[in-house]
Parts: sequence; C-alpha cells; structure tokens
Amino acid sequence: MTREETPGVRDIAIVAFAQTDVLRTTDELSEVEMLMPVLHSVLDRTGLKTADIGFTCSGSSDYLAGRAFSFTLALDGVGAWPPISESHVEMDGAWALYEAWTKLLTGDADTALVYSYGKSSPGSLRDVLTRQLDPYYVAPLWPDSVALAALQAQALIDAGEADESALATIGTRSRRVATLNSHAQLRGTVPQGDYAVRPLRTGDCPPVGDGAAAVILAAGERARELCSRPAWIRGIDHRIEAHSLGVRDLTDSPSTRLAAERAGVFERPVDTAELHAPFSAQEIVLRKALRLDDSVRVNLSGGALAANPMMAAGLIRMGEAAARIHRGESDRALAHATSGPCLQQNLVAVLEGDAR
Amino acid sequence: MSKEPVAVVGIGQTKHVAARRDVSIAGLVREAARRALDDAELTWADVDAVVIGKAPDFFEGVMMPELYLADALGAVGKPMLRVHTAGSVGGSTALVAAGLVAARVHGTVLTLAFEKQSESNAMWGLSLPVPFQQPLLAGAGGFFAPHVRAYMRRSGAPDTVGSLVAYKDRRNALKNPYAHLHEHDITLEKVQASPMLWDPIRYSETCPSSDGACAMVLTDRAGAARAPRPPAWMLGGAMRSEPTLFAGKDAVSPQAGKDCAADVYRQAGIGDPRRDIDAVEMYVPFSWYEPMWLENLGFADEGEGWKLTEAGVTELDGDLPVNMSGGVLSTNPIGASGMIRFAEAALQVRGQAGEHQVERARRVLGHAYGGGSQFFSMWLVGARPPES
Repeated sequence: MTREETPGVRDIAIVAFAQTDVLRTTDELSEVEMLMPVLHSVLDRTGLKTADIGFTCSGSSDYLAGRAFSFTLALDGVGAWPPISESHVEMDGAWALYEAWTKLLTGDADTALVYSYGKSSPGSLRDVLTRQLDPYYVAPLWPDSVALAALQAQALIDAGEADESALATIGTRSRRVATLNSHAQLRGTVPQGDYAVRPLRTGDCPPVGDGAAAVILAAGERARELCSRPAWIRGIDHRIEAHSLGVRDLTDSPSTRLAAERAGVFERPVDTAELHAPFSAQEIVLRKALRLDDSVRVNLSGGALAANPMMAAGLIRMGEAAARIHRGESDRALAHATSGPCLQQNLVAVLEGDAR
Repeated sequence: MSKEPVAVVGIGQTKHVAARRDVSIAGLVREAARRALDDAELTWADVDAVVIGKAPDFFEGVMMPELYLADALGAVGKPMLRVHTAGSVGGSTALVAAGLVAARVHGTVLTLAFEKQSESNAMWGLSLPVPFQQPLLAGAGGFFAPHVRAYMRRSGAPDTVGSLVAYKDRRNALKNPYAHLHEHDITLEKVQASPMLWDPIRYSETCPSSDGACAMVLTDRAGAARAPRPPAWMLGGAMRSEPTLFAGKDAVSPQAGKDCAADVYRQAGIGDPRRDIDAVEMYVPFSWYEPMWLENLGFADEGEGWKLTEAGVTELDGDLPVNMSGGVLSTNPIGASGMIRFAEAALQVRGQAGEHQVERARRVLGHAYGGGSQFFSMWLVGARPPES
C-alpha cells in the first residue's frame, strides 16, 4: 500500500538502525547475548528507553534455535518490565517491521522497536531449511536450499537470461563492495570456488552466519524529533506465491513485481536498492521484476551474498537502505526481503528522505 | 486519528478431535477457512490478505508452515503474515489481522489459527533440552501447578473449586458441536476421582491435545454493511508481554494481564467489567485458572475469584457465564485455542452460538495467554458498532 492511496494517513519513518557483525559461529553467545548490544545501540541512537517505545515486534524462527518458544527468552533481553505492547512473527524481521508499520498507522502507538535475529551455526542450515517444504510430498526427500536455488539458476540459464560467468560477476561484486561494510561476513576477494550444486558454485551461494538487527520506527513529528533525516516509508507491501516449484516460473518473481507496484516503486525512479537475494541468480530475477537498470546502486552493503543471517537479512536490507537516507547518501531507496524457497514470498518498501 | 471499525462477519472452525487422520494440515486449515467464508457468503477472491497463527512449528515438524499453506488458503498473489506469540497466538493473530483493517491497509482479511497435534508430540516439542537452562520436562502442567498452589494459599480457596470449573466446562462442551471432549457421562464425582497429575491439578482438570483450526473473516464498515448475518464489532483489543521469569513477577496474577485488560476496557469504555461485560471466553487450560483470571481481568477483587465460581456465577445460566463453549479444558489445538476464544466471543454477540448461546450477550470478552503467563491478548466484541 502506498501512502498516496489513502490521504490523511500518518507518515511513518525508520529513524534508527543497528546490526551485529555477522559471524560464521557464535558459540560463546546466546541469542539474547547476541541481541542485547544491538537493542541498546538502536535505542541509544534515538535516546529512547524500552519504556518509551509504543510497540515492539520481533522476527525469528524456532527451527534455527532448535527449540520451541525460543523468542520468549529474547524478549527477556528487551527488558519488558513494566509490561510492553509486543508481538512476534515467525518470519524475517522485515515482516515484523510491516506489522509494526500497520500498528503505527492505526495511531495506537507513535514509536516501534523492531528486531530480529538468527543463529544458523548450531545446525546444518541446508538440512534445517528442508523442513520448510511441503511436509508430505517434498520434505521427506530432503531437497536442500542450495539444490533448490540451483534449479532456479539453471532455469535462468536455460532461458538465456544468464550464464555462469554472469552469476560469478554478481558474487564478486557483492563481496568487493562489502569491504566497506564492517558487519559483512565475506568481504574482498573470495574465490568463486567449486560447484556446490551445478550450476551454482560456492561463490554464488550466501555464507552461513549468525546475526541480529534492530530498527526503530516513528510517526510524524516524533520521527523528526528522533532523527535529523528520517527514512519515510512511502509504501510497503508483500506478496506470496504458490509453494510448489513445479507451478512457478522460477525465472520470474511476480510477487516481487506486484508488491513493488503496490508499494509505489514504479512511480518515480529509485537511486538505491537493497535486495535480499541470497543466491546470485536471484539478483537477476529481482532486478528484472523491479525494473532496476544500471543507474540504480544495488546492494552497496554487499547484500546477502556477503552476509545472510537468517530472519535478520531482510530487516538488514530495510536498515541499510534507511541508514543511507539518514546519512544523505540516498533520497529514494528500495528495500526488499524474501522468504521461502526460490523467492516464494517477497516484501518491497520504498523509503524517502525529505527533499534537500 | 481515527481507526476503521473492525467487524467479524464470518466464523468457521473444524470439529476438534484428538487426531484428524483424514486430512493433511492443508486440508484442516482449508476446512475452517471455507466455513468462515461461507458464513460471510464471500469467496476466496474477496479476501485481500491472510494472517495465520499457530504455536511452535515443532508441534507439527514444519518450519514456517505458512509457506506450504499459501495455496490451501487462497493466499497466492496476496499478502500473508505469520504470527507466533506462544499460547496467546490465536488471539494475537486475530488482533494483527484486525490491525490491517483498522489501519485501512486492507478491507477484508482472512485470519486463521491451527494446530494438528497428532502429527507430532507436543510434550516432546515443549521439552527439547536447552544447555544451561532449567528443563521443563513435565510439560505445561508441571510449570503451572506451583502457581495454582500459590493462588490457593493466597486466596484461601477450598480445594474443591478446580473440579467445579472442570465439571462446568465439560458440561458446556456437550452443547458445542465443535468441542473435542464430549463426555456425556460426566459427573462432579468423576472429576474429583480422576488421577492427580501435577498436584493439585487432576487429569479431568487439564486440557486435551486436539487437532483443529479456527478462522474468521474480518472486514471494514463497508464490508459489514454487505454482510448477510449480524457482525460482531471489535470494541477494544490489546496485547501485553512481560518476561518469563524474574524476581518481581507475580505468577498468580501477572501485571501484563491486568494492563492488557485495562487497555481493552479503556478502548471499549468499560467502567466496571463485572457489570458491563455479559460473558467471557477465557483461556483456562487448567481449571484453577478460571478463578485466577477472574481476578486478573478485574471481574473480582484479589482473592475473591473462587467465590464467583463456587456461587455458580460463571455457569452457562449464571450472571457472568465463563467458557460457554466448553473452553480450552474441552478443546485444545494449542495454536488455535486463543482464536477459538475470540471467535466464540464473536459468535455470542452475533447470537449464533446455538445451544451454548447466552441470552442478552451484548458485550463479550475473548482472552488468551501464553508462555509462562507472560503473553496476553484480548478483545472485547459487541453487537453494536463502536461509537465515534
């Protein structure tokens, strides 16, 4: 939905963002210990305390933690006393941000804290993600996330829209620009490597890592008080596609296109895009769906090929795009998050800074 | 700023049973969704977004099942959100869906919650060992029994109160065709003679494990005007959370529950809940939580809740009926249990609760809680739209 569609609705902005360094293993840290510095950092940026926040929403997945109700302990880290107005999505934090955005739209709150986290290191992520699939017909075969992404990459190659060297270019560029991102996990010259699953080489795949992120949202004048250049959410929408890979055209992402239309992406050019494309071929699919040409700076953070903490990587895209607006490096940015195998579910937001 | 009023125009649930071996998870949720749409006389195409909730993914062994369920719920091409707030999730899910309507993001939203506990083992799902943390190997009953004990000691309630609640709820369930437990030969003596599981909680004072789903169609003022049957209007809704364990926590009557109720009452203009609210569907997985929540929700003073139960006030024909449907004690597909409370409250104010209908139910509270009594979600629905 875009702000322009319904006159009189509140302006809501991302006013602060913080993230952890993304690391291959964080054995010495619990999720709460990983999260707390990020929560303190994002609150410090605005001078707010937990008790000042109107609504809190988080995103995470029990399957990464390996136990039920894992998010309840993370809430302890927030300091939910006295009791807070709070909710949780079992999704990437980008969708927690969406829920918080709707909460602020109703006027029930003026500020929101959104956070998400994921530790992939305790398990085998490729195996764990197979449990996302149709539990009766597909999951029992254990097709892993890299194999499914390889199907998508091969479909793209078969359609003549990419070749292996084009894929390699994306991975190389992502890790080169990530040298400027101190939080990224893979930076600089990373070998393209051997085939993981043909046609994908290790360089086409995201690193497996642990990390957390948090943002603060605020409405109207409150946003201006908390941030010198708020990143206004001009539109945000998300769409899901069919689950079965057999009924989807893997070379396209109609849900991304539809979400972008509804978020108002195509009304005016964006100067920056943060795409959540864990596999190199997915960046090509997303660029096409979002009609991004070479004039748009894509994934200056390095994107998911440089750091892909599960459940936080989408929220980090929102935060990276917003932070660029905060710093005056972008005026109109697109942020994208994905969930599910082969880009099944996609969220798109348009962020803008005040005119200069 | 003004919010769009939210109306419940469709309600559907499955017949809850121990094991629905005849349907997949997708088949189960679709059944409830289809019934909610039929009630609203709408089609899948009328739905703008889907908000789905359930308790831990480990209960069925499917990670983020909303991905797999997108097709079954007609969500392809639409926004789909997945909520998880432990046992309160069914209520929270409805509130997130209501928020989409209230914020005027969407006109009509399908919301659904489910659990198919027969696909897995809930006790196992709750008891995975975690390094450096206190294990909870006795399931939920082992966690809550000491808090019930604390309530009994604090209030001086006689130890007969819990069995009265269970006897009432199981009798109410006989009037609800969707309830899981239909114990036609139930007697108070049978409840009192049932085995002690977690002292003072007896077998017949605990909830069953159910397969089931519950769905609602929520819509805006325009949608309500088109609805074929009387809508239930949301007059107030809130969520509150507090930490699981800390020195200052009152596990008998958590502050988050009090704050959540106070927020709902403020929104709905409720001055005295005992006088202004006609009936309550509250989350009572262990019988003693009825008197405990009566106090926490402001229907009785501290230490007095058990007196309402003992005096028959909470009976179906009492002055403040509680759990007319049979409650969680009779039906517990965990992820759906909170939404069933919300949906039953809406059924009552729509006058469509059938044999367990309460006369003159104009304003009814739906209540859910989860975690270690740390997550609360509630809504108050009415037969008339909110003023202003």
